[in-house]
Amino acid sequence: MIDIVSNLDFTPFLLSFKLATVTTFILFMLSVPLAWFLSQTNSKIKPFLEALTALPIVLPPSVLGFYLLVALSQNSPIGNFFKENFDIELVFSFFGIVVASCFYSLPFMVQPLQNGFESLNKNMLEASYISGKSRFETLLKVALPNIKPALLTATIITFAHTIGEFGVVLMVGGNIPDETKVASVAIYEMVEIMDYSTAHIYSAIMVCISFVVLLGVYTFNANSNKMVNR
Amino acid sequence: MIKIDITKKLYGSDGEMQLDINLEIQEGSFVAIAGDSGSGKTTFLRILAGLENADGCISVSDSIFQDERTFLQPQKRGIGFVFQNYALFENMSIENNLLYVKKDKKLASHLLEVTKLTELKDRLPATLSGGQRQRVSLCRAMMHKPKLLLMDEPLSALDPSMRLKLQNEILSLHNEFGLTTIMVSHDPSEIYRLAQRVVVLKNGLIVDDGLPKDILLKTSGSAKFSFEGELLDILKVDVINVAIISIGQQLVEIVVSENEIKNLKIGQKVDVSTKAFNPIINAIKHKF
Repeated sequence: MIDIVSNLDFTPFLLSFKLATVTTFILFMLSVPLAWFLSQTNSKIKPFLEALTALPIVLPPSVLGFYLLVALSQNSPIGNFFKENFDIELVFSFFGIVVASCFYSLPFMVQPLQNGFESLNKNMLEASYISGKSRFETLLKVALPNIKPALLTATIITFAHTIGEFGVVLMVGGNIPDETKVASVAIYEMVEIMDYSTAHIYSAIMVCISFVVLLGVYTFNANSNKMVNR
Repeated sequence: MIKIDITKKLYGSDGEMQLDINLEIQEGSFVAIAGDSGSGKTTFLRILAGLENADGCISVSDSIFQDERTFLQPQKRGIGFVFQNYALFENMSIENNLLYVKKDKKLASHLLEVTKLTELKDRLPATLSGGQRQRVSLCRAMMHKPKLLLMDEPLSALDPSMRLKLQNEILSLHNEFGLTTIMVSHDPSEIYRLAQRVVVLKNGLIVDDGLPKDILLKTSGSAKFSFEGELLDILKVDVINVAIISIGQQLVEIVVSENEIKNLKIGQKVDVSTKAFNPIINAIKHKF
Protein backbone atom coordinates (compact mmCIF):
# COMPACT_ATOMS: atom_id res chain seq x y z
CA MET A 1 0.00 0.00 0.00
CA ILE A 2 2.77 2.41 1.01
CA ASP A 3 4.59 1.43 -2.15
CA ILE A 4 1.62 2.37 -4.27
CA VAL A 5 1.24 5.76 -2.60
CA SER A 6 4.92 6.65 -2.82
CA ASN A 7 5.07 5.63 -6.49
CA LEU A 8 1.93 7.55 -7.29
CA ASP A 9 2.20 10.16 -10.03
CA PHE A 10 0.64 13.40 -8.79
CA THR A 11 1.26 15.42 -11.95
CA PRO A 12 -2.37 14.97 -13.13
CA PHE A 13 -3.49 16.77 -9.98
CA LEU A 14 -0.97 19.55 -10.43
CA LEU A 15 -2.16 19.91 -14.01
CA SER A 16 -5.79 20.02 -12.87
CA PHE A 17 -4.94 22.79 -10.39
CA LYS A 18 -2.99 24.72 -12.99
CA LEU A 19 -5.86 24.43 -15.45
CA ALA A 20 -8.41 25.47 -12.84
CA THR A 21 -6.34 28.46 -11.68
CA VAL A 22 -5.75 29.80 -15.18
CA THR A 23 -9.38 29.20 -16.21
CA THR A 24 -10.76 30.85 -13.07
CA PHE A 25 -8.55 33.90 -13.55
CA ILE A 26 -9.48 34.36 -17.23
CA LEU A 27 -13.18 33.76 -16.57
CA PHE A 28 -13.20 36.24 -13.68
CA MET A 29 -11.81 38.96 -15.91
CA LEU A 30 -14.32 38.21 -18.68
CA SER A 31 -17.34 37.53 -16.50
CA VAL A 32 -17.33 40.61 -14.27
CA PRO A 33 -18.09 42.99 -17.17
CA LEU A 34 -20.55 40.51 -18.73
CA ALA A 35 -22.42 39.86 -15.47
CA TRP A 36 -22.48 43.61 -14.69
CA PHE A 37 -23.92 44.34 -18.14
CA LEU A 38 -26.55 41.60 -17.79
CA SER A 39 -27.57 42.82 -14.34
CA GLN A 40 -27.98 46.45 -15.43
CA THR A 41 -29.57 46.14 -18.86
CA ASN A 42 -33.18 45.84 -19.95
CA SER A 43 -32.11 45.34 -23.55
CA LYS A 44 -33.86 42.83 -25.78
CA ILE A 45 -30.65 40.87 -26.31
CA LYS A 46 -30.43 40.08 -22.59
CA PRO A 47 -32.38 36.77 -22.74
CA PHE A 48 -30.30 35.67 -25.72
CA LEU A 49 -27.06 36.36 -23.88
CA GLU A 50 -28.37 34.65 -20.75
CA ALA A 51 -29.42 31.57 -22.73
CA LEU A 52 -26.05 31.43 -24.49
CA THR A 53 -24.22 31.74 -21.18
CA ALA A 54 -26.26 28.93 -19.63
CA LEU A 55 -25.86 26.54 -22.59
CA PRO A 56 -22.84 24.67 -21.18
CA ILE A 57 -24.95 23.60 -18.18
CA VAL A 58 -27.45 21.85 -20.42
CA LEU A 59 -25.33 20.59 -23.30
CA PRO A 60 -23.63 17.20 -23.08
CA PRO A 61 -19.87 17.81 -22.76
CA SER A 62 -19.45 15.72 -25.91
CA VAL A 63 -21.44 18.25 -27.94
CA LEU A 64 -19.43 21.18 -26.60
CA GLY A 65 -16.22 19.19 -27.04
CA PHE A 66 -17.09 18.24 -30.61
CA TYR A 67 -17.82 21.84 -31.67
CA LEU A 68 -14.72 23.13 -29.92
CA LEU A 69 -12.64 20.44 -31.61
CA VAL A 70 -14.02 21.47 -35.00
CA ALA A 71 -13.59 25.19 -34.26
CA LEU A 72 -10.09 24.98 -32.82
CA SER A 73 -8.46 22.40 -35.14
CA GLN A 74 -5.85 23.52 -37.60
CA ASN A 75 -8.30 23.11 -40.46
CA SER A 76 -10.53 25.84 -39.05
CA PRO A 77 -9.85 29.57 -39.50
CA ILE A 78 -9.36 30.08 -35.76
CA GLY A 79 -6.98 27.16 -35.28
CA ASN A 80 -5.13 28.11 -38.44
CA PHE A 81 -4.78 31.72 -37.31
CA PHE A 82 -3.21 30.73 -33.98
CA LYS A 83 -0.90 28.20 -35.64
CA GLU A 84 0.32 30.62 -38.33
CA ASN A 85 0.72 33.71 -36.14
CA PHE A 86 1.68 32.43 -32.70
CA ASP A 87 2.71 28.83 -33.42
CA ILE A 88 0.12 27.67 -30.87
CA GLU A 89 -1.81 24.44 -31.32
CA LEU A 90 -5.31 24.76 -29.94
CA VAL A 91 -6.19 21.09 -29.85
CA PHE A 92 -4.36 18.42 -27.84
CA SER A 93 -2.47 21.10 -25.93
CA PHE A 94 -2.74 22.80 -22.53
CA PHE A 95 -3.72 26.05 -24.22
CA GLY A 96 -6.56 24.20 -25.96
CA ILE A 97 -8.01 22.77 -22.75
CA VAL A 98 -7.85 26.23 -21.17
CA VAL A 99 -10.00 27.60 -24.00
CA ALA A 100 -12.37 24.62 -23.70
CA SER A 101 -12.63 25.00 -19.90
CA CYS A 102 -13.45 28.69 -20.25
CA PHE A 103 -16.49 27.81 -22.36
CA TYR A 104 -17.45 24.90 -20.15
CA SER A 105 -17.25 26.79 -16.82
CA LEU A 106 -18.57 30.15 -18.03
CA PRO A 107 -22.06 29.87 -16.45
CA PHE A 108 -20.59 28.94 -13.08
CA MET A 109 -18.77 32.26 -12.99
CA VAL A 110 -21.34 34.52 -14.67
CA GLN A 111 -24.49 33.40 -12.86
CA PRO A 112 -23.43 33.92 -9.22
CA LEU A 113 -21.89 37.28 -10.15
CA GLN A 114 -25.04 38.37 -11.98
CA ASN A 115 -27.20 37.31 -9.03
CA GLY A 116 -24.91 39.23 -6.72
CA PHE A 117 -25.12 42.40 -8.80
CA GLU A 118 -28.90 42.07 -9.14
CA SER A 119 -29.36 41.75 -5.39
CA LEU A 120 -27.62 45.08 -4.76
CA ASN A 121 -29.79 47.99 -3.64
CA LYS A 122 -30.42 49.80 -6.92
CA ASN A 123 -30.65 53.13 -5.09
CA MET A 124 -27.11 52.62 -3.79
CA LEU A 125 -25.77 52.48 -7.34
CA GLU A 126 -27.90 55.47 -8.31
CA ALA A 127 -26.54 57.40 -5.32
CA SER A 128 -23.08 56.80 -6.73
CA TYR A 129 -24.10 58.09 -10.18
CA ILE A 130 -25.68 61.16 -8.62
CA SER A 131 -22.42 61.70 -6.72
CA GLY A 132 -20.83 62.17 -10.14
CA LYS A 133 -19.21 58.75 -10.45
CA SER A 134 -19.07 56.86 -13.73
CA ARG A 135 -20.47 53.36 -14.20
CA PHE A 136 -16.95 51.93 -14.17
CA GLU A 137 -16.00 53.62 -10.92
CA THR A 138 -19.32 52.57 -9.38
CA LEU A 139 -18.66 48.96 -10.40
CA LEU A 140 -15.17 49.03 -8.93
CA LYS A 141 -15.73 50.92 -5.69
CA VAL A 142 -19.37 50.25 -4.80
CA ALA A 143 -20.75 47.18 -6.62
CA LEU A 144 -17.84 44.73 -6.34
CA PRO A 145 -16.99 45.37 -2.66
CA ASN A 146 -20.66 44.84 -1.78
CA ILE A 147 -20.98 41.40 -3.38
CA LYS A 148 -18.07 39.68 -1.64
CA PRO A 149 -19.97 36.44 -0.89
CA ALA A 150 -20.99 36.19 -4.56
CA LEU A 151 -17.40 36.82 -5.67
CA LEU A 152 -16.17 34.04 -3.44
CA THR A 153 -18.90 31.62 -4.50
CA ALA A 154 -18.29 32.34 -8.18
CA THR A 155 -14.53 31.86 -8.09
CA ILE A 156 -14.57 28.77 -5.90
CA ILE A 157 -17.38 27.03 -7.76
CA THR A 158 -15.70 27.81 -11.08
CA PHE A 159 -12.41 26.48 -9.77
CA ALA A 160 -14.01 23.31 -8.42
CA HIS A 161 -16.08 22.77 -11.54
CA THR A 162 -12.99 23.05 -13.74
CA ILE A 163 -11.15 20.54 -11.55
CA GLY A 164 -14.09 18.21 -12.03
CA GLU A 165 -14.50 18.46 -15.78
CA PHE A 166 -13.84 15.43 -17.92
CA GLY A 167 -15.63 15.08 -21.23
CA VAL A 168 -14.67 18.37 -22.85
CA VAL A 169 -11.04 18.09 -21.77
CA LEU A 170 -10.82 14.56 -23.06
CA MET A 171 -12.26 15.49 -26.45
CA VAL A 172 -10.27 18.67 -26.97
CA GLY A 173 -7.10 17.71 -25.12
CA GLY A 174 -6.82 13.97 -25.37
CA ASN A 175 -4.59 12.21 -22.88
CA ILE A 176 -1.07 13.64 -23.15
CA PRO A 177 1.00 13.36 -19.93
CA ASP A 178 2.04 16.73 -18.45
CA GLU A 179 0.06 18.54 -21.13
CA THR A 180 -3.59 17.51 -21.03
CA LYS A 181 -3.77 14.50 -18.73
CA VAL A 182 -5.65 16.09 -15.84
CA ALA A 183 -6.82 14.14 -12.79
CA SER A 184 -10.24 13.16 -14.15
CA VAL A 185 -8.71 11.89 -17.40
CA ALA A 186 -6.03 10.01 -15.47
CA ILE A 187 -8.69 8.20 -13.42
CA TYR A 188 -10.47 7.19 -16.63
CA GLU A 189 -7.19 5.86 -17.97
CA MET A 190 -6.47 3.87 -14.79
CA VAL A 191 -9.88 2.24 -15.01
CA GLU A 192 -9.32 1.46 -18.69
CA ILE A 193 -6.05 -0.32 -17.94
CA MET A 194 -7.64 -1.90 -14.86
CA ASP A 195 -5.25 -0.31 -12.37
CA TYR A 196 -8.02 -0.09 -9.80
CA SER A 197 -5.84 0.69 -6.79
CA THR A 198 -4.51 3.90 -8.38
CA ALA A 199 -8.03 4.74 -9.60
CA HIS A 200 -9.28 4.31 -6.03
CA ILE A 201 -6.69 6.67 -4.57
CA TYR A 202 -7.13 9.29 -7.31
CA SER A 203 -10.91 9.16 -6.89
CA ALA A 204 -10.73 9.40 -3.11
CA ILE A 205 -8.52 12.48 -3.41
CA MET A 206 -11.03 14.06 -5.82
CA VAL A 207 -13.93 13.38 -3.44
CA CYS A 208 -12.03 14.92 -0.52
CA ILE A 209 -10.97 18.04 -2.42
CA SER A 210 -14.47 18.63 -3.79
CA PHE A 211 -16.10 18.16 -0.41
CA VAL A 212 -13.68 20.49 1.37
CA VAL A 213 -14.18 23.17 -1.27
CA LEU A 214 -17.99 23.00 -1.05
CA LEU A 215 -17.90 22.88 2.74
CA GLY A 216 -15.77 26.01 2.69
CA VAL A 217 -18.22 27.88 0.45
CA TYR A 218 -21.30 26.94 2.46
CA THR A 219 -19.62 27.71 5.80
CA PHE A 220 -18.54 31.12 4.56
CA ASN A 221 -21.97 31.92 3.12
CA ALA A 222 -23.71 30.84 6.34
CA ASN A 223 -21.41 33.15 8.31
CA SER A 224 -21.88 36.12 6.04
CA ASN A 225 -25.67 35.63 6.10
CA LYS A 226 -25.50 35.73 9.89
CA MET A 227 -23.61 39.02 9.64
CA VAL A 228 -26.28 40.47 7.37
CA ASN A 229 -29.20 39.30 9.50
CA ARG A 230 -27.70 40.42 12.76
CA MET B 1 -35.73 79.78 -11.29
CA ILE B 2 -36.32 76.08 -11.86
CA LYS B 3 -38.58 75.38 -14.80
CA ILE B 4 -40.09 71.96 -15.27
CA ASP B 5 -42.41 70.91 -18.08
CA ILE B 6 -42.44 67.16 -18.54
CA THR B 7 -44.67 64.30 -19.60
CA LYS B 8 -44.19 60.57 -19.25
CA LYS B 9 -46.39 57.55 -19.65
CA LEU B 10 -46.51 55.50 -16.45
CA TYR B 11 -47.78 52.02 -15.82
CA GLY B 12 -49.20 52.07 -12.31
CA SER B 13 -51.33 49.61 -10.39
CA ASP B 14 -54.47 51.12 -11.95
CA GLY B 15 -53.17 50.72 -15.48
CA GLU B 16 -51.73 53.37 -17.72
CA MET B 17 -51.53 56.99 -16.67
CA GLN B 18 -49.93 60.14 -17.96
CA LEU B 19 -47.52 62.05 -15.74
CA ASP B 20 -47.85 65.66 -16.84
CA ILE B 21 -46.16 68.27 -14.70
CA ASN B 22 -45.61 71.92 -15.41
CA LEU B 23 -43.99 73.77 -12.51
CA GLU B 24 -41.89 76.81 -11.78
CA ILE B 25 -39.97 76.84 -8.54
CA GLN B 26 -38.30 79.84 -6.97
CA GLU B 27 -34.65 79.29 -6.13
CA GLY B 28 -34.00 78.91 -2.43
CA SER B 29 -37.51 77.70 -1.68
CA PHE B 30 -38.62 74.54 0.07
CA VAL B 31 -41.31 72.69 -1.85
CA ALA B 32 -43.16 69.59 -0.71
CA ILE B 33 -44.71 67.14 -3.17
CA ALA B 34 -47.68 65.34 -1.66
CA GLY B 35 -50.23 62.89 -2.96
CA ASP B 36 -51.45 59.32 -2.66
CA SER B 37 -49.03 56.49 -3.34
CA GLY B 38 -48.92 55.72 -7.03
CA SER B 39 -49.59 59.34 -7.96
CA GLY B 40 -46.17 59.74 -9.60
CA LYS B 41 -44.30 61.63 -6.87
CA THR B 42 -41.24 59.42 -6.76
CA THR B 43 -41.08 59.14 -10.54
CA PHE B 44 -41.20 62.93 -10.77
CA LEU B 45 -38.22 63.19 -8.42
CA ARG B 46 -36.29 60.51 -10.33
CA ILE B 47 -36.90 62.35 -13.59
CA LEU B 48 -35.46 65.53 -12.05
CA ALA B 49 -32.39 63.55 -10.99
CA GLY B 50 -31.95 62.08 -14.48
CA LEU B 51 -32.55 58.53 -13.23
CA GLU B 52 -35.55 58.16 -15.53
CA ASN B 53 -36.38 59.49 -18.96
CA ALA B 54 -39.30 61.75 -19.76
CA ASP B 55 -40.33 64.03 -22.61
CA GLY B 56 -40.05 67.77 -22.11
CA CYS B 57 -37.72 70.34 -20.61
CA ILE B 58 -36.10 70.85 -17.24
CA SER B 59 -33.87 73.82 -16.53
CA VAL B 60 -32.28 74.82 -13.26
CA SER B 61 -31.17 78.48 -13.22
CA ASP B 62 -28.81 78.72 -16.22
CA SER B 63 -28.15 75.02 -16.81
CA ILE B 64 -30.41 72.87 -18.94
CA PHE B 65 -30.99 69.40 -17.48
CA GLN B 66 -32.94 68.23 -20.49
CA ASP B 67 -34.74 69.53 -23.58
CA GLU B 68 -35.46 68.20 -27.09
CA ARG B 69 -31.79 67.82 -27.94
CA THR B 70 -29.88 67.36 -24.70
CA PHE B 71 -30.10 65.00 -21.76
CA LEU B 72 -27.73 65.68 -18.91
CA GLN B 73 -26.60 62.44 -17.21
CA PRO B 74 -27.23 62.20 -13.44
CA GLN B 75 -23.46 62.45 -12.92
CA LYS B 76 -23.45 65.95 -14.44
CA ARG B 77 -26.50 67.45 -12.73
CA GLY B 78 -24.79 68.32 -9.47
CA ILE B 79 -27.85 67.62 -7.36
CA GLY B 80 -28.23 66.00 -3.96
CA PHE B 81 -30.62 63.08 -3.53
CA VAL B 82 -31.82 61.50 -0.31
CA PHE B 83 -33.47 58.11 -0.79
CA GLN B 84 -36.18 56.70 1.43
CA ASN B 85 -34.08 53.58 2.09
CA TYR B 86 -30.89 55.59 2.80
CA ALA B 87 -28.91 53.82 0.01
CA LEU B 88 -25.59 54.22 1.84
CA PHE B 89 -22.44 52.58 0.50
CA GLU B 90 -22.41 49.62 2.86
CA ASN B 91 -18.74 48.79 2.26
CA MET B 92 -17.48 52.22 3.38
CA SER B 93 -17.24 53.86 6.78
CA ILE B 94 -19.53 56.80 7.49
CA GLU B 95 -16.77 59.29 6.78
CA ASN B 96 -15.79 57.53 3.56
CA ASN B 97 -19.41 57.58 2.42
CA LEU B 98 -19.06 61.36 2.41
CA LEU B 99 -15.51 61.51 1.06
CA TYR B 100 -16.43 59.20 -1.82
CA VAL B 101 -18.55 62.03 -3.22
CA LYS B 102 -15.83 64.63 -2.81
CA LYS B 103 -12.44 64.56 -1.13
CA ASP B 104 -13.20 67.50 1.14
CA LYS B 105 -12.35 66.51 4.71
CA LYS B 106 -13.20 69.92 6.11
CA LEU B 107 -16.73 69.92 4.73
CA ALA B 108 -17.22 66.29 5.76
CA SER B 109 -16.24 66.92 9.36
CA HIS B 110 -18.40 70.05 9.47
CA LEU B 111 -21.42 68.13 8.22
CA LEU B 112 -20.81 65.27 10.64
CA GLU B 113 -20.57 67.76 13.47
CA VAL B 114 -23.79 69.55 12.53
CA THR B 115 -25.63 66.20 12.48
CA LYS B 116 -23.83 64.94 15.63
CA LEU B 117 -22.28 61.97 13.86
CA THR B 118 -18.61 62.78 14.47
CA GLU B 119 -18.15 59.97 16.98
CA LEU B 120 -19.59 57.42 14.56
CA LYS B 121 -17.48 58.40 11.57
CA ASP B 122 -15.41 55.20 11.50
CA ARG B 123 -18.39 52.86 11.84
CA LEU B 124 -19.99 50.95 8.98
CA PRO B 125 -23.55 51.93 7.96
CA ALA B 126 -24.97 48.53 8.96
CA THR B 127 -24.20 49.29 12.63
CA LEU B 128 -26.24 52.52 12.70
CA SER B 129 -29.88 53.15 13.57
CA GLY B 130 -32.36 54.32 10.95
CA GLY B 131 -32.21 57.93 12.05
CA GLN B 132 -28.42 57.96 12.04
CA ARG B 133 -28.32 56.35 8.61
CA GLN B 134 -30.67 58.94 7.16
CA ARG B 135 -28.47 61.68 8.62
CA VAL B 136 -25.46 60.19 6.86
CA SER B 137 -27.47 60.07 3.66
CA LEU B 138 -28.35 63.74 4.11
CA CYS B 139 -24.70 64.68 4.74
CA ARG B 140 -23.61 62.70 1.71
CA ALA B 141 -26.10 64.58 -0.47
CA MET B 142 -24.60 67.87 0.76
CA MET B 143 -21.00 66.93 -0.06
CA HIS B 144 -20.87 68.49 -3.48
CA LYS B 145 -22.78 71.55 -2.33
CA PRO B 146 -25.79 71.01 -4.55
CA LYS B 147 -28.06 73.82 -5.63
CA LEU B 148 -30.96 71.44 -5.75
CA LEU B 149 -31.71 68.88 -3.03
CA LEU B 150 -34.24 66.14 -3.78
CA MET B 151 -35.64 64.00 -0.97
CA ASP B 152 -37.91 61.01 -1.43
CA GLU B 153 -39.90 60.52 1.79
CA PRO B 154 -36.71 60.84 3.82
CA LEU B 155 -38.33 60.49 7.23
CA SER B 156 -41.18 58.08 6.62
CA ALA B 157 -39.33 55.11 8.13
CA LEU B 158 -38.42 56.89 11.36
CA ASP B 159 -40.21 57.25 14.68
CA PRO B 160 -41.87 60.60 15.55
CA SER B 161 -39.21 61.98 17.93
CA MET B 162 -36.43 61.16 15.47
CA ARG B 163 -38.45 62.82 12.71
CA LEU B 164 -38.64 66.05 14.61
CA LYS B 165 -34.87 66.15 15.17
CA LEU B 166 -34.13 65.43 11.53
CA GLN B 167 -36.66 67.99 10.34
CA ASN B 168 -34.73 70.65 12.23
CA GLU B 169 -31.44 69.44 10.75
CA ILE B 170 -32.87 69.44 7.24
CA LEU B 171 -34.14 72.96 7.74
CA SER B 172 -30.82 74.27 9.07
CA LEU B 173 -28.89 72.68 6.18
CA HIS B 174 -31.42 74.07 3.71
CA ASN B 175 -30.76 77.55 5.07
CA GLU B 176 -27.00 77.21 5.54
CA PHE B 177 -26.35 75.99 1.99
CA GLY B 178 -28.97 78.17 0.31
CA LEU B 179 -30.60 75.09 -1.17
CA THR B 180 -33.63 74.71 -3.30
CA THR B 181 -35.27 71.67 -1.77
CA ILE B 182 -37.96 69.44 -3.23
CA MET B 183 -39.26 66.84 -0.80
CA VAL B 184 -41.78 64.09 -1.35
CA SER B 185 -43.79 63.56 1.82
CA HIS B 186 -47.24 62.62 2.96
CA ASP B 187 -46.92 63.69 6.54
CA PRO B 188 -48.96 66.92 6.90
CA SER B 189 -47.13 68.06 10.04
CA GLU B 190 -43.79 67.60 8.34
CA ILE B 191 -44.92 69.54 5.29
CA TYR B 192 -46.35 72.30 7.44
CA ARG B 193 -43.16 72.61 9.46
CA LEU B 194 -40.69 72.54 6.57
CA ALA B 195 -42.22 73.64 3.31
CA GLN B 196 -43.22 77.04 2.01
CA ARG B 197 -45.22 75.53 -0.78
CA VAL B 198 -46.96 72.24 -1.35
CA VAL B 199 -47.80 70.67 -4.69
CA VAL B 200 -50.35 67.87 -4.61
CA LEU B 201 -50.27 65.20 -7.32
CA LYS B 202 -53.06 62.86 -8.26
CA ASN B 203 -52.82 60.29 -11.04
CA GLY B 204 -49.81 62.10 -12.46
CA LEU B 205 -51.39 65.55 -12.55
CA ILE B 206 -51.06 68.58 -10.29
CA VAL B 207 -54.39 68.97 -8.49
CA ASP B 208 -53.40 71.53 -5.88
CA ASP B 209 -50.57 74.01 -5.47
CA GLY B 210 -50.20 76.63 -2.75
CA LEU B 211 -49.32 77.44 0.84
CA PRO B 212 -49.29 74.42 3.17
CA LYS B 213 -51.67 76.23 5.54
CA ASP B 214 -54.32 76.68 2.85
CA ILE B 215 -54.04 73.19 1.44
CA LEU B 216 -53.50 71.08 4.52
CA LEU B 217 -56.15 72.60 6.76
CA LYS B 218 -59.08 70.52 5.65
CA THR B 219 -61.74 71.81 8.00
CA SER B 220 -64.51 73.62 6.23
CA GLY B 221 -67.46 75.76 7.30
CA SER B 222 -68.01 75.86 11.04
CA ALA B 223 -66.29 72.50 11.69
CA LYS B 224 -63.42 72.92 14.11
CA PHE B 225 -62.01 69.42 13.95
CA SER B 226 -62.18 67.13 10.99
CA PHE B 227 -60.53 63.75 10.62
CA GLU B 228 -60.68 61.15 7.93
CA GLY B 229 -60.90 57.60 9.12
CA GLU B 230 -62.08 54.11 8.31
CA LEU B 231 -65.22 52.63 9.82
CA LEU B 232 -64.17 49.29 11.30
CA ASP B 233 -67.27 48.11 13.10
CA ILE B 234 -70.62 49.15 14.58
CA LEU B 235 -71.46 47.63 17.97
CA LYS B 236 -74.78 47.67 19.76
CA VAL B 237 -74.19 48.47 23.43
CA ASP B 238 -77.42 48.41 25.48
CA VAL B 239 -79.62 50.97 23.78
CA ILE B 240 -76.97 52.89 21.87
CA ASN B 241 -74.81 52.08 18.84
CA VAL B 242 -71.06 52.64 18.94
CA ALA B 243 -69.00 52.99 15.79
CA ILE B 244 -65.34 51.96 15.96
CA ILE B 245 -63.30 54.19 13.66
CA SER B 246 -59.62 54.07 12.88
CA ILE B 247 -58.15 57.56 12.60
CA GLY B 248 -54.45 57.70 11.89
CA GLN B 249 -53.06 54.99 14.12
CA GLN B 250 -55.67 55.36 16.81
CA LEU B 251 -59.03 53.65 17.28
CA VAL B 252 -61.88 55.79 18.56
CA GLU B 253 -65.46 55.06 19.64
CA ILE B 254 -68.24 57.35 18.52
CA VAL B 255 -71.90 57.07 19.41
CA VAL B 256 -74.14 56.91 16.33
CA SER B 257 -77.92 56.93 15.99
CA GLU B 258 -80.08 54.34 14.20
CA ASN B 259 -80.62 56.82 11.37
CA GLU B 260 -76.94 57.42 10.89
CA ILE B 261 -76.24 53.69 10.73
CA LYS B 262 -78.43 53.40 7.63
CA ASN B 263 -75.97 55.53 5.66
CA LEU B 264 -72.84 53.79 6.91
CA LYS B 265 -71.11 50.70 5.62
CA ILE B 266 -68.32 48.87 7.46
CA GLY B 267 -64.99 49.41 5.68
CA GLN B 268 -66.09 52.81 4.38
CA LYS B 269 -63.96 55.96 4.57
CA VAL B 270 -65.69 58.44 6.84
CA ASP B 271 -65.21 62.01 7.91
CA VAL B 272 -65.42 62.70 11.64
CA SER B 273 -65.94 66.33 12.57
CA THR B 274 -67.24 68.34 15.47
CA LYS B 275 -68.11 71.93 15.99
CA ALA B 276 -68.68 74.40 18.80
CA PHE B 277 -66.61 73.10 21.63
CA ASN B 278 -63.47 74.19 23.38
CA PRO B 279 -60.62 71.73 23.08
CA ILE B 280 -58.13 71.53 25.93
CA ILE B 281 -54.51 71.24 24.89
CA ASN B 282 -51.98 69.59 27.18
CA ALA B 283 -48.29 69.08 26.41
CA ILE B 284 -47.34 65.42 26.11
CA LYS B 285 -44.28 64.33 28.06
CA HIS B 286 -42.23 62.14 25.74
CA LYS B 287 -41.82 58.60 26.86
CA PHE B 288 -38.72 58.09 24.75
